[in-house]
Amino acid sequence: MKVIYTDNNATTKVADEVIEEMVPYLGQFYGNPSSMHTFGDQVGKKIRAARQQVADLINADPDEIVFTSCGTESDNSAIFSALNAHPDRKQIITSTVEHPAILNLFKFLRDKKGYDAVFVPVDKKGHLNTDMLYDSLSDNTAVVSLMWANNETGVIFPIPEIAKKVTEKGILFHTDAVQAAGKIPIDVKAANVDMLALSGHKIHAPKGIGVLYVKKGLKFHPYLIGGHQEKGRRGGTENTVSIIGLGRACELAAGHLPVMDKAVRQLRDYLQDQLLEKIPGVSVNGDLDNRLPNTLSIGFDAVEGESILMLLDKEGICASSGSACTSGSLDPSHVLLAMEVPFKSAHGTIRFSLSHYNTKEEMDHIAATMVSAVEKLRAMSPFWKDGKMV
Amino acid sequence: MWDYTEKVKEHFLHPRNVGELKDANAIGETGSLNCGDALKLFLKVNENERIIDASFMTFGCASAVASSSALTEIIKGMTLDEASKVTNDDIADYLGGLPKEKMHCSVMGKAALKKAIANYRGVQILEKPGELVCECFEVTDLEIIDAVKENNLETTEDVTDYLKAGGGCGKCLDRIEEVIASVKAKG
Repeated sequence: MKVIYTDNNATTKVADEVIEEMVPYLGQFYGNPSSMHTFGDQVGKKIRAARQQVADLINADPDEIVFTSCGTESDNSAIFSALNAHPDRKQIITSTVEHPAILNLFKFLRDKKGYDAVFVPVDKKGHLNTDMLYDSLSDNTAVVSLMWANNETGVIFPIPEIAKKVTEKGILFHTDAVQAAGKIPIDVKAANVDMLALSGHKIHAPKGIGVLYVKKGLKFHPYLIGGHQEKGRRGGTENTVSIIGLGRACELAAGHLPVMDKAVRQLRDYLQDQLLEKIPGVSVNGDLDNRLPNTLSIGFDAVEGESILMLLDKEGICASSGSACTSGSLDPSHVLLAMEVPFKSAHGTIRFSLSHYNTKEEMDHIAATMVSAVEKLRAMSPFWKDGKMV
Repeated sequence: MWDYTEKVKEHFLHPRNVGELKDANAIGETGSLNCGDALKLFLKVNENERIIDASFMTFGCASAVASSSALTEIIKGMTLDEASKVTNDDIADYLGGLPKEKMHCSVMGKAALKKAIANYRGVQILEKPGELVCECFEVTDLEIIDAVKENNLETTEDVTDYLKAGGGCGKCLDRIEEVIASVKAKG
């Protein structure tokens, strides 16, 4: 069965061009990039080139790029570095809708390390309550960490505007840009962020490679202490193959930004329109005008997300849900709850996240499958009768 | 992805006895939209207290649908006395087992059956007697005590798997632990 992959906010297909770039370094060129011989330095040269490619995607300098093992490591490293930079400051600020890499770290710091963690709420459209954020800033604030774009709804936070206000007060600002990178333009210089996390496998590079951007001049306290790699900012022999793949992936992503903005956006909007038109009792989550171009979070009244996913899976369609049953937790997604999405559609929320590999035919097939899946589940739902909620 | 048995998948994709039973004379409802799953069970019981037909309507995940389907298949043809002895384990066993975290789906089936039988017999079941322990999923201490005894549950995770209690905000986890300890203390 042909797979229709619309779960790109979970992970992406490794691009053929990326694999091609990596393969020689998996076999033939196994040298250590730090070695003092030409054989090792062949790899070293390639890593320097990759560092430049990554820097170019976000308008950074190559020296500002630190390779890590994943987005979570980047986020954790950033926060711990910020806390070490200001051991006297005990307040940390983030939002209620962050990825667990930040959310659970902040809860840990609150519960186990005595920090005063502030979780700034969002409104029904997923917009951050920036007034509350700015009112919370004080001399005691060690770091503010906010996601650039939300993984579930795609809603974009106004990071440049927020970073300006936060850093003006002498407070460190970190952004988790794992979902934003490669989907919307990112310019770290214009945005004035201190640190930024991104992850390879969300932009058609392999899993197990991440990046932390650290602004030039910022005193950085390493999380992994070891060798001199990454200029002492992250010990451990480089994941050479993946770094090389990530470099190529970043180059491709930069080239695909206009495609994301136009073709992928059109496909996403087409799918959204089809679903809204063909199925009653449907609502789209998040601000429709301020979302990642590839993301659609859409709730279906009176049906449950896992059941929908199982029926999609039968047709080879990959998506994910905001429902409790798929995650092992029992409440629907914290993002949807924070946005006060009503339970009637939160449990039945599906996230479709597209890439430039998707086609219109695939969207038609998804829409047709969704029509029959929702119909089938509503026919057995005690909360749906005669075309509406009961 | 959940490790569902082929039988769970089959009963989800092709559920038996779906829909309202027009001439039902016993109905049992449990769960809610907020909780994420709900089951409405319809029974047609004859003058000898035998279940001659059963159907269901379910909102929930694949294992909730499969458990409901299995329940109706199990109880059709039983007398109410026989049906009242059906346990949540019987439902899970019929499906070749459920993932541990999904056992609450079979518990929901058992609860709806109990209510339907009470409904037929005109017995009032006191809605959720006892002290409310889990506010998120509205579970009382008496329900936890019953589940711990019947299924020999050991930990708070077990209780969450079977009743959902403690699976929301988590602030009742200490209280659940006390309830488990009190059951174990009494042997």
